[in-house]
Amino acid sequence: MEIMDFIISKYNYWMYIILMMIGFYAMIAKNNLVKKVIGMNIFQTAIILFFVSTASKKGATIPIIQHGHGEAADIINTAQYMNPLPHVLMLTAIVVMVSTFGVAIALLIMLYKKYNTLEEDEILEILRTEDG
Amino acid sequence: MIQHAPVLIIILPLMASLINLIIGMWRKRLCYPLTVAALSACVLLSFAMLNTVIDHGNITYRLGGWAPPWGIAYLIDHLNAFMLVIVSFISLVVAVYSRVSIEKDMPKKINQFYTLFLLLVTGLLGILATGDAFNLFVFLEISSLAGYALIAVGDDRAPLASFNYVIMGTIGACFYLLGVGYLYIATGSLNMADLSGLLPDLYGSKVVIGAFAFMMVGVAIKMAFFPLHKWLPDAYTHAPSAVSAFVASAMTKVGAYVMIRIMFTVFKPYFSIEVIPASAILGWLAVAAMLFGCIRALAQTDVKRMLSYIIIAEVGYIVMGLSVGNRMGFQGAVLHILNDAFMMACLFLAAGAIEYKTGTRNVHNFSNLYKKMPVTIIAFTVGGLSIVGIPPTCGFFSKWYLVLGAIESQQWVFAATLLISSLLTAVIFFKILVRIYFGNSNENESSNPVFNEAPLSMLFPICIMAAGVLTLGFFSGKIISSVIQFTVPGSF
Amino acid sequence: METAVIYSIKPLLAISVSLIAGLLIFLTGERSRNLRESWTILASVIKFTIIASMVPSILAGNVIEYTIISIAPGMLLQFRVDALGIFFAITASFLWIITSFYSIGYVRAMKEHAQTRYFICFAIALSATIGVAFSANLFTTFLFYEIITLSTYPLVAHKETPEAMKGARKYVTYLLGTSIAFQLFAIFLTYSAAGTLDYSYAGIFNSVRGNGVSDTFLIVTFILFMAGITKAGMMPFHSWLPAAMVAPTPVSALLHAVAVVKTGVFVVVKVVLHIFGINLLSQLGLGTALAYFASFTIIVASTIALRQDNLKARLAYSTVSQLSYIILGVALLTPSGITGSVMHIVLHAFGKISLFFAAGAIYVATHKTKVSELDGIGKQMPFTMAAFTLGAISMIGLPPLGGFLSKWFLGIGAIEAGQIPIIIVIATSTILNACYFLPIIYRAFFKEAADSTDKTPSIKEAPPLMVGALVLTASGAVALFFKPSLFLDLARMVTASVTGVN
Repeated sequence: MEIMDFIISKYNYWMYIILMMIGFYAMIAKNNLVKKVIGMNIFQTAIILFFVSTASKKGATIPIIQHGHGEAADIINTAQYMNPLPHVLMLTAIVVMVSTFGVAIALLIMLYKKYNTLEEDEILEILRTEDG
Repeated sequence: MIQHAPVLIIILPLMASLINLIIGMWRKRLCYPLTVAALSACVLLSFAMLNTVIDHGNITYRLGGWAPPWGIAYLIDHLNAFMLVIVSFISLVVAVYSRVSIEKDMPKKINQFYTLFLLLVTGLLGILATGDAFNLFVFLEISSLAGYALIAVGDDRAPLASFNYVIMGTIGACFYLLGVGYLYIATGSLNMADLSGLLPDLYGSKVVIGAFAFMMVGVAIKMAFFPLHKWLPDAYTHAPSAVSAFVASAMTKVGAYVMIRIMFTVFKPYFSIEVIPASAILGWLAVAAMLFGCIRALAQTDVKRMLSYIIIAEVGYIVMGLSVGNRMGFQGAVLHILNDAFMMACLFLAAGAIEYKTGTRNVHNFSNLYKKMPVTIIAFTVGGLSIVGIPPTCGFFSKWYLVLGAIESQQWVFAATLLISSLLTAVIFFKILVRIYFGNSNENESSNPVFNEAPLSMLFPICIMAAGVLTLGFFSGKIISSVIQFTVPGSF
Repeated sequence: METAVIYSIKPLLAISVSLIAGLLIFLTGERSRNLRESWTILASVIKFTIIASMVPSILAGNVIEYTIISIAPGMLLQFRVDALGIFFAITASFLWIITSFYSIGYVRAMKEHAQTRYFICFAIALSATIGVAFSANLFTTFLFYEIITLSTYPLVAHKETPEAMKGARKYVTYLLGTSIAFQLFAIFLTYSAAGTLDYSYAGIFNSVRGNGVSDTFLIVTFILFMAGITKAGMMPFHSWLPAAMVAPTPVSALLHAVAVVKTGVFVVVKVVLHIFGINLLSQLGLGTALAYFASFTIIVASTIALRQDNLKARLAYSTVSQLSYIILGVALLTPSGITGSVMHIVLHAFGKISLFFAAGAIYVATHKTKVSELDGIGKQMPFTMAAFTLGAISMIGLPPLGGFLSKWFLGIGAIEAGQIPIIIVIATSTILNACYFLPIIYRAFFKEAADSTDKTPSIKEAPPLMVGALVLTASGAVALFFKPSLFLDLARMVTASVTGVN
């Protein structure tokens, strides 16, 4: 049962790995370019999930200190608060992700205009006939 | 002034790129001078920083005044000051070169082009300047995103090539990000200097080893290191010539820089040599890269595609130098970053000029090109000889150090492979050069070649690069003694 | 002998003068042929004057040094003119003057295309040759060695016919390929073992042997060197030389009898004497091995030469065999052997260049390239064939021609070394030389032309520029027998420097 414990105690990692592999599979193996882009999104989201999940602690709350500066009365117990840094990092990563998504979609539009299809094998077929 | 230079060198092109976009709606003609001016300022800044680093040691800059490890710190040492000079200089030269070819290729989108180009430069300079592992990821993505877009505006096949690059590049960036995440879990820090102090106690940890592996794979994709190079030949072949010249000479080199940072700054050198056999693996992959790149390049008829495969081999040279784990090899690798940036820029710019004038990239159509464009062709020849490693071109000198490094660590196979790949490149370039100079006597002589050289704004950058390739070699001793020797990790 | 080191820019000047000439030729182009050719002549004369002006100082026992730039510790672009270097340089630069005249006559008579390129490449090749002669270390040597290969490639491919391109490809494949694969590798090994590349009279390996440098390592390095210096034409890497005979004759004459191939043997001599050193090689037994290897080349190449009908091919194989004489001489590692081999550099140069000049003159005058077509040509071209005869006798090694001297010294060297088989090799090869040269002379003078329609063959010589040149070189070969003192003194200095310092 050690294995079960091992899996359950780190379930957030397992979740992100499963999601990441789904995304990875779609990026590598799917024929349809839109599906590739969706896979890319899942892949990136999985990583965001991973980062955010590392920040959480049991019983902790959002890291907002109610009293302001200068009124330092209570000693801050870090165990009560979640780690804010991964969230902040992921805000940036989400921006990156969205822009990548945008570029990818723009490329797909270009490709669709050019080849009238978004199936990779069909595009390659067209290219091969172009080469003669 | 100089203490703000690390951030100025990033802000300057960033601002210029935004202004470009706006100003371009009003006057397209202003975009080009603005870009060149901004990049010239970057070059000056980078030289000033290199000078300061040589004279007074490292420059640290704290963004917003936050002390590391909480805030983001920019740390300029010899290695990245050196890299900043290379990248900003090449970007300036390519920007000067780009004017006519961009006016021909995309007359309506000049401002967008320069906006993206400056963003790309911003990203690359940011990667070099930053001392923060996550910040590096952000800049990596800025440069990549700009790169995807720039490559996509190339010829007919460019969108598909760019799309594949998006997919591969995203995988690479995500792997790098994952590695950073694991390092953060293990140490609670993202600052590179901080990490390198915290990590040695944790070298046994599987999390740390996993983080290293993820980061290395991510970087290997970004720098097109064998066997993760699939995206590169297509992307660089189909990009606009100015873009391929810049990405070919700067982008893979910046990837190599990130690899050096991870292997030798974030981690201590002995980690990748003794704790895990990373150096050995990288070394043998580099051997495969050198052979694979050159052999594939042999079969190409498209000159840009051929050069792209040679880049894969050149990346192999650099990694080989890093993997042998001694002073000579490391110096050779860093020197080769400089030399290869110049050679590749020279060759790609010349190839671009040829394409601009003759409309072809196919080497079979290069017959008697020498009589049409002698200056471009001489530059191309110089670049080619440098790739082969014929003295006195600079390519010889970095190979010199690389081979000596391999011999010093008794890696005979590495040394032999390097020489074999030199021979293969010799075959490649001789085939092309013979065609260019002597033509093919079977073809009809009726089309008498006339002098038809590329415009001056293209020729000048090409000549600068060719002159650089010819003269850099003579200064390699000076470059090593004043800059590169300080980049070598202390334990070597 | 006191050696003083003189710092002077002369070596650099001697090298750059023909580079500048190359630039001027390029700028002049086809607009004014006379002006363009005058650059060549001017450069060759100036070059020779500069080199000659260094001779007295060298004879006085000095060494002239000039450092251009220090690229890295142990890696300098540096020139050091010593007896051996000046010996080779003066030979090459003097013959360049004569060849320049001959070339002008040749290309004009043949109405060759791309004459500008031809003269530029020639000038660059000569610069690089002097660069090799004056180089102070292996790195500088390698640099100029490669420049020679690259700059002579267009000369070999000059005709641009498929055949010429094929020959040129073979030429560059052999020379560039082996030099990168073997010679460069050997240089790397030398540097990593000895930490320096500077030539030294005692041999740089002499001092490091035993300090972590095993004998196996030295033997491997030596073999790599010998395999990498393909320009010396040692078998089995000799076949580029006959292939390069597609080049115009002046190119074959100067480059493939003097500059290029002599660069090869010059580097071999340098490696044997100054990198490994006499002591080390004789201790390792490598000298004897090299001597037998060279002997093999001498005999086999001479035998192949017998069967060649193409005149230039026959001369090419003769060159292959004669080059190995020079290697044989140094490989004996005895004073007379070294003197003989150094002397052979100049003596073979004068003899062989006369032969090539004659072959070119015959081609220009009659368009004949085969030995079997030469019946009765002696009556038609008396001067040319007389020069040819002198050259051939010099090659065979009979007095009163220069070739006799070097064979004499080589023979004594073999006796000094106690290598009786080598004497037999020299004797056999002399007979073989006679066998492939004398029939040509016999045909030329004593046979009637096969298609002699007119019974009184009129004299139909090549242009005077060419005939003048070849008469001059042939008389040079004679003169060297009677007054060899300058060259002999220099050669003796070379010998003394390597055997005396031990």
